[in-house]
Amino acid sequence: MKLTTLLTSAAMALGLATGAVAADKTKVGFVYVGPVGDGGWTYEHDQGRKAVVEAFGDKVETVYVENVAEGPDSERVMTQMALEGADLIFTTSFGYMDPTINVAKKFPNVRFEHATGYKTAPNVSTYSARFYEGRAVQGTIAGNMTESNIIGYIGSYPIPEVIRGINSAYIHAKKVNPDVQFKIVWAFTWFDPAKEADAAKVLIEQGADVILQHTDSTAPQAAAQAAGNVITFGQASDMAEYGPKPRVSSIIDDWGPYYVARTQAVMDGSWESVMTWDGIGAGMVGIGEISDAVPADVKEAALTMKAALADGSYHAFTGPINKQDGSAWLADGETADDGTLAGMNFFVEGIEGDIPQ
Amino acid sequence: MDLSAINPVLLIASLMVAATPILLAAIGELVVEKSGVLNLGVEGMMIIGAVSGFATAVESGSPWLGFIASALAGAVFSLLFVLLTQVAKANQVASGLALTLSGLGLSALLGQSYVGIKPPQMGMLDIPLLTDLPVVGPILFGHDPILYLGLALTAAVWALLKFTRAGLILRAVGENHEAAHALGYKVIRIRVLAIMFGGACAGLGGAYISLIRVPQWTEGMTAGVGWIALALVVFASWKPWRALLGAYLFGGVTVVQLNLQAAGVAIPVEYLAMSPYVITIVVLVILSADKSSAPAALGRNFHASR
Repeated sequence: MKLTTLLTSAAMALGLATGAVAADKTKVGFVYVGPVGDGGWTYEHDQGRKAVVEAFGDKVETVYVENVAEGPDSERVMTQMALEGADLIFTTSFGYMDPTINVAKKFPNVRFEHATGYKTAPNVSTYSARFYEGRAVQGTIAGNMTESNIIGYIGSYPIPEVIRGINSAYIHAKKVNPDVQFKIVWAFTWFDPAKEADAAKVLIEQGADVILQHTDSTAPQAAAQAAGNVITFGQASDMAEYGPKPRVSSIIDDWGPYYVARTQAVMDGSWESVMTWDGIGAGMVGIGEISDAVPADVKEAALTMKAALADGSYHAFTGPINKQDGSAWLADGETADDGTLAGMNFFVEGIEGDIPQ
Repeated sequence: MDLSAINPVLLIASLMVAATPILLAAIGELVVEKSGVLNLGVEGMMIIGAVSGFATAVESGSPWLGFIASALAGAVFSLLFVLLTQVAKANQVASGLALTLSGLGLSALLGQSYVGIKPPQMGMLDIPLLTDLPVVGPILFGHDPILYLGLALTAAVWALLKFTRAGLILRAVGENHEAAHALGYKVIRIRVLAIMFGGACAGLGGAYISLIRVPQWTEGMTAGVGWIALALVVFASWKPWRALLGAYLFGGVTVVQLNLQAAGVAIPVEYLAMSPYVITIVVLVILSADKSSAPAALGRNFHASR
């Protein structure tokens, strides 16, 4: 039986889960950065957890802890999970990278899976989705639909994953609309509805009529709806309740199949440390239904883009692309290698503003 | 950099909205502290107000009922603090923290079925002619009614504390509860009422976030506003107008820094992000140089036999 106790502390909410260990069950732990009810990032990871429960039923036991602050405190939560007999632990935010590696050293028999990071160990895998492919589709729609030519972008933290998204969206918006301009606000949070709403309102007040977000709550959608003539895209989750407008499409993370496969690997004893990075083609990144608020020809262009990304005939970062300072990055027809993408720390030419360091 | 993209009128209008939850919670806590009670449970009462106001508004379709419910829920939830500190004489700091923790947990539980739902919208004040005025219209006459309620509450609390007998008694209880008791005032009763008022205000502040500012329900959505309100009361030297100034300053700098970021000003984002805290503290510390001190009995429990 599982007894989940939620302890919330002033220094950000923390929790710890306890459970009786049944020897024949595979125990899978999940560390979440936000609440499972955020309607975005953490919600989708929890859907993945439910898929594991669905697939294995009694043979698996899952525990999760929500609202775990990135950094040292997450180490405590992971250690607790490992001590309680977890066989496999998914740590689902970029900021858990070093803590995951640290805890993994102490528990060589526990397998760890860290989302969106780049450090591995014999018992640590990384997995991520090529969200930038979804951003390319978004950029195509956004560039076509903006009338003010100003696209607002709510960034979370200036990490490679977020920067890739901004670059990809910008490149593809620019491709269909050379006059397009990006205004970027860094929220420095993954989840803070009030701050996200403020950021969206500010961008709208400054003329943006498309809001792209890399934060996890639906607050920017609500702000866009209140403002009227603004479109948005669901982030991480479909956010369909804000369709058909302002939400005209979305990027959906689908972790379920991966989580099921990795749990199966632990059960079979075939688990190995891998670096998984799948995109639209493998189904890890889904594009939510493009609503009727999008004109048919734009929808067509977006779907063509999606298809080309899915079958690999087009790469979202295909040259010629210059870096922000004007120096050459990719020559004509050249595509970006995964190493550069994984550590991307520069804007492409045309984006204004600096990346906070 | 393009500062012309920032519209000062919209900026002032939105800073007023950003400041209102802090103001409501701070005014409530100010009254509580003036009565000599330190309630660190503001965050917990806010989030309880946020979830119950949201749920009521969604179920009834009326944002007004939602706000009334949020004030009631905040006041009822503060009774837990009353029970701990005024009846059982428990430590106020620990009890307040317990209130915050349990509020966050309980609200997450209550709100589970309300995630992703859109609440009914509260209409903006719309006075023909006045709201259409340039500049003044959007700033003074284009808001929701609760924002004006926050301002009215500030004025009312100020007047009550400064000019009325009730305010004098409240302050007496907060400065020296033994003396107030010796004069025949019901110390505990007065404090209970003050705590419930604080709870109601915090509840309203929370509902303002979930029903107007964001508007939606998500777990942990108050995100520390209650703590800022608490700090604000201290930095405002327990004076209502300074709390208003502090709240508007905080809300203002928060909105301004986002505006500057969006306009591409070349100040590192980290400095902009911390600026609301730094500027608010600096201004209020300078203002509090007049040596106005905390209520003398703040945080001390009262028992008639001692």
